[in-house]
Amino acid sequence: MALLQIAEPGQTDAPHQHRLAAGIDLGTTNSLVATVRSGKAGTLPDEQGRHILPSVVRYSSAGVEVGEAARLAAADDPLNTISSAKRMIGRGLDELASLGGRLPYEFSSAQGAVPRIRTAGGDVTPIEVSAEILKVLARRATATLGGELAGVVITVPAYFDDAQRQATKDAARLAGLHVYRLLNEPTAAAVAYGLDRGADGVHAIYDLGGGTFDVSILRLNKGVFEVMATGGDSALGGDDFDAAIAAWLLDQAGVAEETDRGVLRHALDQARAAKEVLSEQAEADVELRLSAGESWCGTLSRAQFAQLVDPLIRRTINTCRRVVRDAGVDLDEIEDVVMVGGSTRTLRVREKVGEFFAREPLVDIDPDRVVAIGAAIQADVLAGNKPDEEMLLLDVNPLSLGVETMGGLTEKIIPRNTTLPVARAQEFTTFRDGQSAMAIHVVQGERELVADCRSLARFELRDIPPMVAGAARIRVTFSVDADGLLHVEAREQTSGVSASVEVKPSYGLTDDEVAAMLQASIDHAQEDMDQRRLVEEQVEARRVIEALQAALSSDADELLSAQERETVEQGLGELARLADESKDARQLEAAIVKLEKDCEFYVERRMNSGIRKAMAGHRVDEFSQEDGQEAD
Amino acid sequence: MFDFSKNYFELFGMPVGFVLDAAELSARYRELQKVVHPDRYAASDGHSQRLSLQGATLVNEAYRTLKDPLTRAQYLLTLKGAGFGDRKRTLDDPAFLMQQMELREALADVRGSGDPQSELDALMQQISGMIKSQIAQLAVQFEDSSPEQLDAAAQTVQKMQFLNKLHAEAEAVEADLAEAY
Repeated sequence: MALLQIAEPGQTDAPHQHRLAAGIDLGTTNSLVATVRSGKAGTLPDEQGRHILPSVVRYSSAGVEVGEAARLAAADDPLNTISSAKRMIGRGLDELASLGGRLPYEFSSAQGAVPRIRTAGGDVTPIEVSAEILKVLARRATATLGGELAGVVITVPAYFDDAQRQATKDAARLAGLHVYRLLNEPTAAAVAYGLDRGADGVHAIYDLGGGTFDVSILRLNKGVFEVMATGGDSALGGDDFDAAIAAWLLDQAGVAEETDRGVLRHALDQARAAKEVLSEQAEADVELRLSAGESWCGTLSRAQFAQLVDPLIRRTINTCRRVVRDAGVDLDEIEDVVMVGGSTRTLRVREKVGEFFAREPLVDIDPDRVVAIGAAIQADVLAGNKPDEEMLLLDVNPLSLGVETMGGLTEKIIPRNTTLPVARAQEFTTFRDGQSAMAIHVVQGERELVADCRSLARFELRDIPPMVAGAARIRVTFSVDADGLLHVEAREQTSGVSASVEVKPSYGLTDDEVAAMLQASIDHAQEDMDQRRLVEEQVEARRVIEALQAALSSDADELLSAQERETVEQGLGELARLADESKDARQLEAAIVKLEKDCEFYVERRMNSGIRKAMAGHRVDEFSQEDGQEAD
Repeated sequence: MFDFSKNYFELFGMPVGFVLDAAELSARYRELQKVVHPDRYAASDGHSQRLSLQGATLVNEAYRTLKDPLTRAQYLLTLKGAGFGDRKRTLDDPAFLMQQMELREALADVRGSGDPQSELDALMQQISGMIKSQIAQLAVQFEDSSPEQLDAAAQTVQKMQFLNKLHAEAEAVEADLAEAY
């Protein structure tokens, strides 16, 4: 292993190591990976020059196929070929039933809440399917960049709930990726557009993908993207257009709805093809191969198509109306409407969106690639490759978070469209005399009744000392981090009894399950697992060392006494030595924790100094402004 | 973390008071987040990340509180002590309460009227106008800051809560009307 370098004390120019980072658009229909190279962001092609990877995975006894090959096999092998895994991720089997008519798979329901799809290669969860797609994209990035990825940014629909976000992060973990951040798709698109144009002002992003719809209103101001409101539907997209057309085609052909899966899949393929033709031509010819060697021929006109999809488009427009209202802006304040997602190629969508916002929507960046490109730009910034970058994304939580109270009612604790990160607390009390436990039911959604909201988690606060009803004060604190993930804590104020949960959603995998899957996928003996942990800790150690080195060379002179500096450098040297020599992951982990602890004071000083500087600049502005006012 | 004992105004380096420059507040908010936000520490060590999460959370909360005139007034009352902010009081203004009831009835009647949208527009304009005049009153009351005036401000805050709630309900009716089209 190469020796680690340590900067000479006082050296002003940090020998900053460029970290390899990538942005991944994990889509319902297609996925892409992009990186920033020589200051330019672009999507990466595979060996055949194809940028788009169909989000399709085929399982067989021979192994796993991902992408175009799997997609082509879908019609012949529908049961073992999983597409649209994103529609299923983070959802329970009962929820899938509502999508069921369109999901041509067999589920083995016996094994808990996470749906498992029965395939020739064994039962798989949507999380594992997504992990396969992520692995292929990550391999593409490492091959192109010529090194391991330090971290990735993965995009998710803004309207994804906590369970869907957790599940996406689990998929990344299974794929062996370090996730810098989950980034909302419309925000990623705004980054790609905004940096391109440098346009300050209010913008709307309309993002209609294969299976999800999002709309965000955001304000761009001197590099800061502030999301004002977001909304959408995580089960509405171009797939639904296809399904509506397919149903019409089958109806025209006189085929019963409950037809065999092969015909259904074929009808969906023909529907999609017809939809694409209609973006260019006034009508599309369709030929449908039916089961008994027969076929049906017909045409789909633009007018007929509009009739089929208008109800779906209207749903998106209603959401736009609500989001504009939530953002507190007038329609004419919105400068641009940016179109994102493959389904915005549909002319009828552009027409209706243009009508609502009363302006021509922007389509000048490839709607398939814009999200991945935005993610790559953010990944590059998060990796610390642009220390002077002004760009900052301030996103919001898409859905209100709350708890269940008496009578099955929802008490909202964090309302939707609150800027992240956020922490909010509320106090509750007991219902009965001597009540010693309280069940906390965490829900997400806008409706009054708990039954109409999404159940995220349940946990109990126990050992509440006996008191009369209404005397206990139980403070429930919700915090949501920058990834949009929720943490809940409950504490009885008088006794200090507390309970907390990392909200592990009802439809997610437990840590043990993820670990077991990791082990199974690695399929190695214990010593390999140990080796893997050691490598992970070495990477972590290097991350900490680098961060500290960069800090020291930028402001040690200003913030540290000579003695403090020596202490920090000593600790740094010690960790560097251990990272090189130690064969014990646990020892290395302890050393990292120790160094972090020893440097806490320094980290705090740096942050405070940053804040002082940020505010100092403003005082100057303020004085000059006041002078100006006096002159009036 | 940075000094948690600072009040929200001090955090933004702005004078404590009800009247504030909204554009200046937003600008300072953005500058602060550029320093403390977790995205600035995504590739950093665990302690920095935790600290930054706390800092960014506090800055968001402070900004949200100061940005909105109602929460700003409530926060100022708590700062002034004497429990102005949290004591449950009864609103002693029969004329105001009567007016509230009339507005509520008018809102309930909107749906059945011949032109619901323009009825609603007129009603919402009236409510917005009343909110604006409460804000103007608060400015005067906090400027004086005598115990009597703070007491009056607490009453004004209560009126604003009524009006804000009414406005939110009117917005909900508007949303229903829009979706019905």
